[in-house]
Amino acid sequence: MMPPAASPDRTSPRFLDAGEAALVVEFGTVVDPAINDRVLALDAALRDERPDGFCESVPTYRSLMIHYDPLVLERSRLVALVETISARASAVRAPGRIWTLPCCYDPGFAEDIAEVAEIAGLTVERVAALHRTAEYRVYMYGFAPGFAYLGGLPAELAISRRARPRPPHPQSALLIGGGLAAVATFPMPTGWYVLARTPERLFSKSRNPNFLIEGGDSLRFEAIDASTFANLDRRAAAGEIIARQTR
Amino acid sequence: MAVPDAHLRILSTGGGATLQDAGRHGYMRYGITPAGPMDPLAHAAANRALGNERTATAIEVSLGGISLTAEDAPLDLAVAGGSFRIDLDGRPLPTAVALTLRPGAVLTIKAGRSGAWCYLAAAGRIEVADTLGSTATHTRSGFGGLEGRALRSGDVIPIIRSQPAIGEPAQLVSPWLERPADRIRVVLGPQADFFPPSEIDAFLANPWTVTARGDRMACFLAGTKLSHAGDYNIVSDGIAMGAIQVPGDGLPIVLMADRQPTGGYPKIATVIGADLGRLAQAQAGSVLHFASVSLEQAVAARRAEREALAEPVVLTPVIRTNLSSEYLLGLNLIDGVVG
Repeated sequence: MMPPAASPDRTSPRFLDAGEAALVVEFGTVVDPAINDRVLALDAALRDERPDGFCESVPTYRSLMIHYDPLVLERSRLVALVETISARASAVRAPGRIWTLPCCYDPGFAEDIAEVAEIAGLTVERVAALHRTAEYRVYMYGFAPGFAYLGGLPAELAISRRARPRPPHPQSALLIGGGLAAVATFPMPTGWYVLARTPERLFSKSRNPNFLIEGGDSLRFEAIDASTFANLDRRAAAGEIIARQTR
Repeated sequence: MAVPDAHLRILSTGGGATLQDAGRHGYMRYGITPAGPMDPLAHAAANRALGNERTATAIEVSLGGISLTAEDAPLDLAVAGGSFRIDLDGRPLPTAVALTLRPGAVLTIKAGRSGAWCYLAAAGRIEVADTLGSTATHTRSGFGGLEGRALRSGDVIPIIRSQPAIGEPAQLVSPWLERPADRIRVVLGPQADFFPPSEIDAFLANPWTVTARGDRMACFLAGTKLSHAGDYNIVSDGIAMGAIQVPGDGLPIVLMADRQPTGGYPKIATVIGADLGRLAQAQAGSVLHFASVSLEQAVAARRAEREALAEPVVLTPVIRTNLSSEYLLGLNLIDGVVG
């Protein structure tokens, strides 16, 4: 009984309560850049407005979760505010930034690429080329600190996730699975496949800014060799930003 | 930065004890788990009993228990939460208590008849580095507390203390901490429409047993399996603390302080803020029922809890009704007024 997918237009969002201190503003039920744009536009406007009692907002593919203090900000006022913001003609998202992340597809950095090639019926070189030449949209973070979900994976690489998680991957792994791509900052067991690694950290506790990339930004990958990786990795570890921002 | 003038040394712990402030808020959008106390009310009460900010860093003690001593200077401490067994140098104390711990004296906290978490607050400030503005420990991320991990024997926690003022142990008069865990109030949704009405009825009518699988991330329930109306895969959306998700196997999981901030199973209901602590305190094997309340009722319960916390926590001298033989032998019979 999936509710019908909202079309990416100006239709009113659905308001769903997640308890008395969180409100879900749902613009749709599917992964879609236009729906995600509406989520991000509301998120940005709400954070600008920052009404008393607003705690934090969590943008996802298709909805915005607003955590609020109902003793300060009544639900009815919050809903009215969201409706006002959503109806504004100016409620469009500013274009995201474009980032180029260096990444290494050498065998030691691409632990699962041969497995992916076999499942997808492609050569290893073709898998790397397809992955490297696509442009990705950052839909949202989730799952773990600095774990970014990316859309834009070429259809030839749309393979299911593993039935059982693989042992932890190294830090800053580029992953694919279930038709999506991801960048994972921290090592962890995963059902996704590791295709490459970047020396960049999407999140660092000690760097300013802690988080490099925002939802709505675009990512491109640029292949580097292992010795370049080692050099950039040292610089990134020292707090330098390695990714290039081209917009 | 002020210099710590006292320390708490962990003599032993059965594991699962962590430092927690009110949580790492504002970063869920980057995949950062808020962490913070499992029972926010008890955490705040322990702090308030000592005049601390209610959000101050305190030790969250699990069923593994903990034993500790003060070093360098006496420390005022308060314990609140589940009914743990509290013992100061062999003398049993009430489950919600404030006391001055002198260097060399040993305070022991062990699992008791009910409750899964209790909070040990220290008057003043526990001085540990923060991560993204919070000291809350999230062990899976390695954030907060001491090196992002649970406390272990030999750890020394630096404290910038307030002047000790409590002396003899005093009981926290906090009737609102006595919260039965057998009826947990929920607001239905955000994905109640993924379940047929008969399954919502079953969710509210059936008993649910808290399993031993739970931790700071989630409370896993056993009972009669629920069925979805159709698909149970949804595109990930936000997860509030207390969200009750029902994955494909039909058994509800209540997501708690260490939950991931987003996830992909339908959430049939959400535990109201005022009942998060009482659910967290349910030991494995406890049986509970969910009761659906309106949003207005949930807000009213939250308001009542906030008002209770705004009142000063009253301390009364410990009434010694349950005396250990060690304590009786050590009684000074001249000034030993047994109340």
